[in-house]
Amino acid sequence: MIFKYEIEGGNFTKAGNASSNVKKTLKQLNVNPSIIKRIVVALYEAEVNVVAHAYKGEITADITPERICICIEDDGPGIPDIDLAMQEGYSTASQKVREMGFGAGMGLPNIKKNVDQLNISSQVGKGTIVELTTFF
Amino acid sequence: MKVCDLVKKLNLTVISGHEGLENEISGGYTSDLLSDVMGNIQDGNIWITLQTHKNIMAIASLKEIAAVIIVKGFKPNTDTIEQSNDEGIPILSTAMEAFEISGKIYELIKY
Repeated sequence: MIFKYEIEGGNFTKAGNASSNVKKTLKQLNVNPSIIKRIVVALYEAEVNVVAHAYKGEITADITPERICICIEDDGPGIPDIDLAMQEGYSTASQKVREMGFGAGMGLPNIKKNVDQLNISSQVGKGTIVELTTFF
Repeated sequence: MKVCDLVKKLNLTVISGHEGLENEISGGYTSDLLSDVMGNIQDGNIWITLQTHKNIMAIASLKEIAAVIIVKGFKPNTDTIEQSNDEGIPILSTAMEAFEISGKIYELIKY
């Protein structure tokens, strides 16, 4: 099964909608609740990253009986140094985003902790592709 | 302890999400950093924060928490209240600061 969701850059009111939909779908499929919780944490962080940093993005969730693969692809500034971005506490978020309680530099580390496989590729000035895989 | 019991004991104001007042409280978490809450709060916890925007309800719903307490008398945004009612997760309000309310709740629910 494949599901697609659009993300609007800068629109925090919709952040979490895709995560909420994926959660409902996985519940209907009777996936182990503790696995669902971890996937949802990772996907929410990825959604917020697109809203906070990129212009727009698309989420594709591909679910099979064995696993879920989620690809989050954005048009945005890209990440010049992925290793640095993965460090806990490192953030390039704006002051406005930080005042909302985001931008603590915990997003990507939270994603890594909560999925089985994480792959990030990025082109500066073009965008970022984040791929998450978790086995059921 | 249920959310409604905590409301009575600490004289909290129920702003929205009345449907969830029977939720059982499993513990608490105090933080204003959303990723910290996302990563660490447990289901059934009560979340103490000064954040008032709609994203707190996205987190509350995804993490299936018992209720949100907004401190220092801050008022949640209208769309935050709407989502709280939709999800049936209560938003409670107190004039106390996070330190004080956290201490009181800890005393009431510690085992």
